[in-house]
Amino acid sequence: MRANCPECDAEIEMKDPLKGEIVSCPECGAELEVIATEPLTLELAPEEEEDWGE
Amino acid sequence: MRIGILCSRIRVEEKMIFEALDRRGLPYDLLDDRELVLDMGCRSLEYDVILERCINHSRALYALRILEDWGLRCVNSYQVADTCGNKLLTTSALMRARVPSPRTLIAFTPESALKAIETLGYPVVLKPAIGSWGRLLSKINDREAAEAVLEHKEVLGTYHHSIFYIQEYIRKPQRDIRAFVIGDRTIAAIYRQSEHWITNTARGGIASNCPITPELDELCVRAAQAVGGGVLAVDVLEDAERGFLVNEVNYTMEFRNSVGPTGVDIPGRIVDYLVEVAR
Repeated sequence: MRANCPECDAEIEMKDPLKGEIVSCPECGAELEVIATEPLTLELAPEEEEDWGE
Repeated sequence: MRIGILCSRIRVEEKMIFEALDRRGLPYDLLDDRELVLDMGCRSLEYDVILERCINHSRALYALRILEDWGLRCVNSYQVADTCGNKLLTTSALMRARVPSPRTLIAFTPESALKAIETLGYPVVLKPAIGSWGRLLSKINDREAAEAVLEHKEVLGTYHHSIFYIQEYIRKPQRDIRAFVIGDRTIAAIYRQSEHWITNTARGGIASNCPITPELDELCVRAAQAVGGGVLAVDVLEDAERGFLVNEVNYTMEFRNSVGPTGVDIPGRIVDYLVEVAR
């Protein structure tokens, strides 16, 4: 499946994307989140928050 | 068997857990914490077990509390998330269980924090009680740095940053150990090697297999039980004189860099544990 990076417009190909998955744009490095899979839709991922972690 | 997975961001770890569930033919539902509306007095979810994999500590904590009060079994539990999500509470639980840990002092004002720092002697490590991935850790080498960091924390931080968690600096051998404990066993462990004093793999530390000696296993299981037990990652420092010291325990562990070096199917073991809890 393909979509374009919302930051730099590079074409990004993903195999079996999952909603909520995070991917880095191979061209500009922006962190992107899969918002929908049909069709594949990417948005800039939310900024890291203070209480994020493992 | 009904399995719910509470999450928001799908990290590599979540994908690995989904694959492990698929391999076992176990169906599951994803519960996205961004879409959840929890009516506190009215149980609206029916699962045999819920695996918590939130990226936000606060969401994990409050969701777990409500789900457990509804009578649902959760991995990990609210109590474990509460303890492990807060370094102060973790250290207190470890100390109560007499698990060897670095000496840690707590102070509530910059003035008393400075006294605490000078009691320990430089260098010391100042950590936010809540936080992960090695963020906002300060290694303070002298009094000038201490005064500057304390002032910054007071002015720039939220009230959380005015709880000063001050720890002796352990001169570890450019590595620490992360051990994965599931139930009552240490199932895998890695060394995290780094030139930097912060060795988190999220910060570039390199993972390699660490043999699980009976001593390491016993210590890590004790640490896991001290915080309530479950699926946990125990961070261990090696001190030249005192041996192993437990630094912290993580409750929504990341393991993407650990399956390769250890050869252990960590996501598979998590799923097996879930099934055990659900029965």
